[in-house]
Amino acid sequence: MEITQLSHYQQAILLLAALIALTSFLMLGQSRLLRLVFIFAVQGILLSITTALAADVLDSPHLYISALLTLSLKGIFIPIMLQRLVINMGLHRDMETLRNPARVMMAGTGLMVFSYYVCLPIVKLSPLITLNTIAISMAVVLLGMLLMITRRQAVAHVVGFMSIENGLFFAAVVSTYGMPMVVELGIAFDVLVAAVLFGVFFFHIRSSIDSLDVDQLNRLSEVEK
Amino acid sequence: MIAAYLLLMVPVIGMVVLSWVNDSHLAGRINTRFNILALAASLWLAVDVLLKGPILSNSQMLYIDSFNVYLIVLTAFVGLTTSIFSGPYMAHEQELGKVGKKRLRLYYTMYQGFMLAMYLVLTTNNMGVMWVAMEGATLATVLLVSLYRTPESVEAAWKYFILCGVGIAQALFGTVLLYFAAEQVHGIQDNALLWTVLHEHASALNPGVMSIAFVFLLVGYGTKIGLVPLHNWLPDAHSEGPTPMSAILSGLLLNDALYAVVRCKMLVDGSLGNHEAGNLMMGFGMLSFLVAVLFLHRQTDIKRLFSYSSIEHMGLMTFAFGIGSPWATFAALFHMTTHSLTKSAIFVTVGYASQLAKTQRIEKIRGLINTQPAIGWGLLIGTVAIAGFPPFGVFASEFLVLIATMHDYPWLTPLLLLGIGIAFAGLFRKIQPMVFGDIPKGQLPIRANMLPVMIHIGIVLLLGLSIPAFLGNWFNQATHLISGKFPL
Repeated sequence: MEITQLSHYQQAILLLAALIALTSFLMLGQSRLLRLVFIFAVQGILLSITTALAADVLDSPHLYISALLTLSLKGIFIPIMLQRLVINMGLHRDMETLRNPARVMMAGTGLMVFSYYVCLPIVKLSPLITLNTIAISMAVVLLGMLLMITRRQAVAHVVGFMSIENGLFFAAVVSTYGMPMVVELGIAFDVLVAAVLFGVFFFHIRSSIDSLDVDQLNRLSEVEK
Repeated sequence: MIAAYLLLMVPVIGMVVLSWVNDSHLAGRINTRFNILALAASLWLAVDVLLKGPILSNSQMLYIDSFNVYLIVLTAFVGLTTSIFSGPYMAHEQELGKVGKKRLRLYYTMYQGFMLAMYLVLTTNNMGVMWVAMEGATLATVLLVSLYRTPESVEAAWKYFILCGVGIAQALFGTVLLYFAAEQVHGIQDNALLWTVLHEHASALNPGVMSIAFVFLLVGYGTKIGLVPLHNWLPDAHSEGPTPMSAILSGLLLNDALYAVVRCKMLVDGSLGNHEAGNLMMGFGMLSFLVAVLFLHRQTDIKRLFSYSSIEHMGLMTFAFGIGSPWATFAALFHMTTHSLTKSAIFVTVGYASQLAKTQRIEKIRGLINTQPAIGWGLLIGTVAIAGFPPFGVFASEFLVLIATMHDYPWLTPLLLLGIGIAFAGLFRKIQPMVFGDIPKGQLPIRANMLPVMIHIGIVLLLGLSIPAFLGNWFNQATHLISGKFPL
C-alpha cells in the first residue's frame, strides 16, 4: 500500500509513531540527565498529541481526558519533578559515561526489527497502520528496558520505566482507541503514585549509599562475599 | 452482592482510619478488627456463591465464581491471622528501636492498602482493573519492604520496585493486545475487557494476537509469581522487609498473581484450542521449581531460605496448572491452599525465631527448642509440613501433582521427585541445627503468640487427613470451571 493512499489521520499517526520511536533512540544515546528528562517530556507531549488527534478524528471524547492526563502527568508533572530532583541533588553537572554507545544503538535497531517480526501475525487482521503502530509501541517498550539496562543512574532508570509506560499508552490509544475510562484512570493513578514513590526513593537511596549510582546497590546477592 | 462491596469497603475504611492512629498497640488491634470484618464479609460472599452460583454485579464490574471465592476466603483468613501476629511483633520491633511511630502508621495503613489491592484483583471482572490492582499491590508494599531503612532494605525495595514495575508493564501490554483482539470480534463493544464477555467469545478471538498477548501476560504476572528468571526481587523483598510482610507476600500476593495468569490462560485456551499456553506455563514452572530447589542449599539467611521454598512451590503450581488436566488443576488449587497456609505459618515462626536469636543468619540461630519449645517445634513441624511429609496437606497436594504428571507426562515425574528430594535435603540440612542443640549464651525466651501458627498447621494437617466435603465440592467446581471437566 502506498503511503499517499492513507487518510491524513493515518499519515499523521504514522509520523507521530516515527517521532516517538525517534525520541526513544535519542534517550538511548543521551548522557546528560537533564537532556534525558527533556527528551522524555517531549515524548510525553507527542503521546498526548497523538491521543488528542485520535479523540478528534474518531470522535471519542473520553480520549480528550486521557490526552489531558498524559500531558499533565508525562509531559509536565513528572519531567519537572525529575528535573528539580536532578538539580537539587547536584547531578546535572555529571556526565554519565556510556559504555559502548555504538553497540547499544545497534542493539536498539535490532530490537526494532524484532518487534516488527513479532507483530507480523497481527497484520493479517488489520490494516498496515496497526502493524506499524503496535510494532513501534512494542519497540518503545523494549528500548525503555534497554535504557534501564545500560544506565547506572537511578534517574535514568525511572525515565526508562516511564518511557515503557509511554509505549504501552501509545499502543492502547492507536490500536484500540484507548482503554475503558476506568482502566485509564486507574493506570494514571498508578503512574502518579509510582512517580511520587520514585522521588521518595531517590532520597532513601542517597542517604544509604551517598549517590544515585545503582551499581553500588550490591549488598544483596546469592553468593557469600 | 452486598458482601462483595462490603469486602472492598472494609479495607478502604481501614486505610482511612489507620492513617490517623498514632498509638501502635491500638493500631495493631484496629488492624485485626478490620481483618475480622473482611473475613466475615468473605464468608458471607462464599455462602452466597455456594447457594446461588456465580454472581455478576449489576455494573458487571465484579464477578465472583467458585474459583475466586475460595481464594478470597483464603486471602481474608491469612490476612487476619497475619495481622494477629503482626500487632505484638511490630510493637516489639518498635521497642527495639527499629521503626518509629510514623513508619508504623504507614505500615498499618499500607497493610490495609495491600489487602484492598488483593481483594480487588480477585473480585474484579475487568482485566484492566485487575492490572491496576496488581500494580497497586506493588506500590502498597514497596515502602514496607524498606520500612527499616537499612541500606539492604532500601536496595531490596528498589529492586522490587523496578523489577516488578517493568515486569507488570509487560502484563499491561498483554492486556492491550487482549483488548485489541476483542475489538475485532463482532458483538463486543464497550465491555471488551470484561472477563465474562471475553470468556464467552473466547473461540472468536484471533489466535495469533492471543498467543502473543499470553506471552506478555505470563511474563508480566509471572514476575509477581516469582517465576525464574524473573524471581530476583522475591528473596530480597522477603528477607529485608518486616516479617508479617513476608508472610502475606508469600501467602497471598504470589497466589493472586498466579490466579491472574490462570484467568488469562482460560481465555487463551478458548481461543487457541491447543496446549500452547499450558506448555509455556509448564516450562516456566518446571524451570522455577528446579532452580529454586538448587538455590535453597546456598542460603545463609533464614527468610531467604523459605522464600526460595516459595518460588519452588509456586513453580510447582504453575507447572500443574500448565498440565491442565482435571486432576492436575485440582491438585494445583489444593496446593495453593496448603502452601499458602503453611508458608505464612512458617514465616510467623521465623519472625519469632529471628527476634529470639536477634539475627536472621542461619549459622547464628541455634538451640530453639531448648530456649523456647513452642517456637522450635513450630519451626520444625512447619518445615516437615512444607517439605511434603505425610500426614500434612502439602503431601497430599504434591502427591496429586505427581499422579497427574505420571498420567500425562511420565518422563517429567523423575525430575519432580528429584526436585522434591533436593528441596527436602536443603531445608533439613539448615533447619536441624537451628532447632536442636544447646542454647547460645544470653538467649532468652520472648513473648510469642503461636496461636496463628497452630491454627494454620492444624488446618493443613486436617486437609492432609481428609478434605471436608464442602471444600472438595468447591475445588471440584473450580476445576470444572478451569479445565472443563470434573476430576471425579
